[in-house]
Amino acid sequence: MKSDMEQISNLSGYVNIVGAGISGLSAAITLASSGIRCNLISSMPSERAQSVLAEGGINAALDNMGEGDSPEEHFADTMRGGCYLETESCIHGLTKGAPDIINELARFGVPFTREDNKIIQRPFGGQKKRRTCYSKSSTGKMIMTALIDVVRKYESEGLVVRYPDHVLTGADIKEGILNFVTVKSRMTGDVIVLPGPAVICCGGLNGFFEGFTTGTTQNTGDCAAILFNEGVEFANLEFIQYHPTTVAIADKRMLISEAARGEGGRLYIERGGEPWYFMEEKYPESGNLMPRDVVSREMFKVMRDPSLGGTVYLDMREISKSCWKNKLSDLREEIRSYLLVDPAVTPVPVAPGIHFFMGGIRVDDGHRTNIKGLYAAGECASKYHGANRLGGNSMLAAVYGGKTAAESVIKDAGVLSGILNIQEIGKADHSDPVYDADTILSGSVRNILIRGLGIIRDEDSITSAIDELGKLYKEGMHDIDLKRIKLAEAMLMCARERKESRGAHVRSDYPDTLDDYKKTTCCSMNNGKIIITMQDPLKERR
Amino acid sequence: MMGRYIIRILRRKREEDKSYWQDFEYELNSPGDTVASALRNINSREDLKDASGNKAEPVIWESSCMQQKCGACAMVINGRPGLACGTKLAGFKKPVVKVEPLRKFPVIADLMTDRSILYENLKTLRIWLECDAELSREDIDRAFEASECIQCGCCLEVCPNFYCGGTFFGMNGVPLANRLLTESDRAEYEKAASEYKKHIFNGCGKSLACRDICPRGIDTEKMMVNANALAVWKRRKK
Repeated sequence: MKSDMEQISNLSGYVNIVGAGISGLSAAITLASSGIRCNLISSMPSERAQSVLAEGGINAALDNMGEGDSPEEHFADTMRGGCYLETESCIHGLTKGAPDIINELARFGVPFTREDNKIIQRPFGGQKKRRTCYSKSSTGKMIMTALIDVVRKYESEGLVVRYPDHVLTGADIKEGILNFVTVKSRMTGDVIVLPGPAVICCGGLNGFFEGFTTGTTQNTGDCAAILFNEGVEFANLEFIQYHPTTVAIADKRMLISEAARGEGGRLYIERGGEPWYFMEEKYPESGNLMPRDVVSREMFKVMRDPSLGGTVYLDMREISKSCWKNKLSDLREEIRSYLLVDPAVTPVPVAPGIHFFMGGIRVDDGHRTNIKGLYAAGECASKYHGANRLGGNSMLAAVYGGKTAAESVIKDAGVLSGILNIQEIGKADHSDPVYDADTILSGSVRNILIRGLGIIRDEDSITSAIDELGKLYKEGMHDIDLKRIKLAEAMLMCARERKESRGAHVRSDYPDTLDDYKKTTCCSMNNGKIIITMQDPLKERR
Repeated sequence: MMGRYIIRILRRKREEDKSYWQDFEYELNSPGDTVASALRNINSREDLKDASGNKAEPVIWESSCMQQKCGACAMVINGRPGLACGTKLAGFKKPVVKVEPLRKFPVIADLMTDRSILYENLKTLRIWLECDAELSREDIDRAFEASECIQCGCCLEVCPNFYCGGTFFGMNGVPLANRLLTESDRAEYEKAASEYKKHIFNGCGKSLACRDICPRGIDTEKMMVNANALAVWKRRKK
């Protein structure tokens, strides 16, 4: 029996991280700091990752605001916000680990907004205490800059090897074991085979809703589609977060951070010529800062009420001058630039838009998938957020999840080095530069999904969407398009299977939350067929 | 200005091919439409044809965030480098908009360039933390601005002293150097300061061409003055 250290060093050079946003960088730092050389694969450099768009902040019960906050309260808010669909053990890990993560990020030089040299915290939706640490309204960008600099040092030491213009083109999975992944350079067309375990950090599924989300165009969803078709188990795909305050700009939806409401922004709709602050009236306790699923649903309802004004406005006129200057200057600038109004003077029309995917690759508390050697973290993994994610928990989960996944790789070193097959290394191929998914077909898939997976759904709309999707199959179709349609179908089938309303999944035909459905919707491909089952949340894979 | 635009694109299939101009028509849908909107629209057309009715291949270009926060879509638009997603068509006086790849970097195809030199240079400059950051209240705003750089390359495109592979690295490392030197002024940064002097301070001709070009609005002059003070003149932060 080899020693642990030997087994760990066997893996050096053979751990592949796919995705270089916050979770990918976090995984790379964890592996490299343990002396394990890893490959960091991304379609573009980290500066272009979706994580740079994250705005409002990152949660940790530091209790810097002196309200008696604690990880236990953070735990309780996260469980409640997610409608109890996650394992308690993983949320305990996340919320207890959060303060250390903030302290580490501060040591990395993230310029968190401070007062009297103390990181200050703002209120965010669904949380009873001021818990969200932030850098104005550019927290994701600030964290990314710091993490990129940390990783650069490991790059210079050869401990992180970047493949910075590469997309995943395949995953070789046989008998439940991942042997290697293939990646392809967008610039040269070269295909490279990378053996060994992989940590997937490829982001959410917004590429299936092109132009209708707050995400990036690089986040295509292709990586998820490839893995799903190779038998990787996915979970909870019906839970799609509609962020309450987004605005249509050219080619996408622009997010107006929840920080705007955290700092005093109010939602209203016109009723009889007067503004009606409906959230404050309906939910006196938390008002505009109810969890996102609740706010979006209420907005959807009032916007469809013919007796009301039709448009919901975000009224930020009560935010103080000093708050604009010190905490939200970047947000104000962005609104001025894109919407040509000053939010300090003029209310901004907003509507819910697709922002985050609670569902994704099904992982246990250690971020292990159903495939040996395959791990997932960040938005692509279904973990921590249950049926609805709280604002400020995604960046936390990305840092914590990336780290946890990498720690599992280290823990599993014995098994992983036993199955490591480096025969394939060096096998390379060359083909034309990367095929872009058929944009016309992507548009059709998107339109169908939007009809089936709106804020409020029912059996008929979901079933007719599945039928329409079936008509898109045709002879000679490109492989990746075929795989995308399969995953799209799985999303709809998950939504049909959950015959209740919970968090972000609202069924007009099943409006109640049912104990029978306090389960994970699991989906996987078996012999070309999509299988859906309801199972208990997963603590540990055996 | 609403109405029909001509998007005139400098194209080539591979780096070794000869460049040629190709025009595409684009109907402005809204005053917010950008060069990126036009490129996306062109590529989404079934049976793509250029303005003369000839069959055309989709345009190769890079994009990601589509809201000026990632730097992917930097290109030269009507002679000036900028982000396609941040350049509104309605802002131009004439309805013909010329779009070219950045000229300082090797062209991969059409509007896509290889900007990997940016990252190589950052490694040479030793842009990384050597010790824990210590941020005072006064440093926060400077560190924030310094962390905003998106590595798009626009500042290098206009720089008269920068070329790919040269010893002068240009502005893209300056904000980040600023961040590190602002956050800590210990002896650990001697090597980084020396690389800074060699690859930035010594080669900068002070043309200030990079002023007012940053899509993120980073005050490059201020960044340079401050980084010089910290790295070259060893003025300690107060």
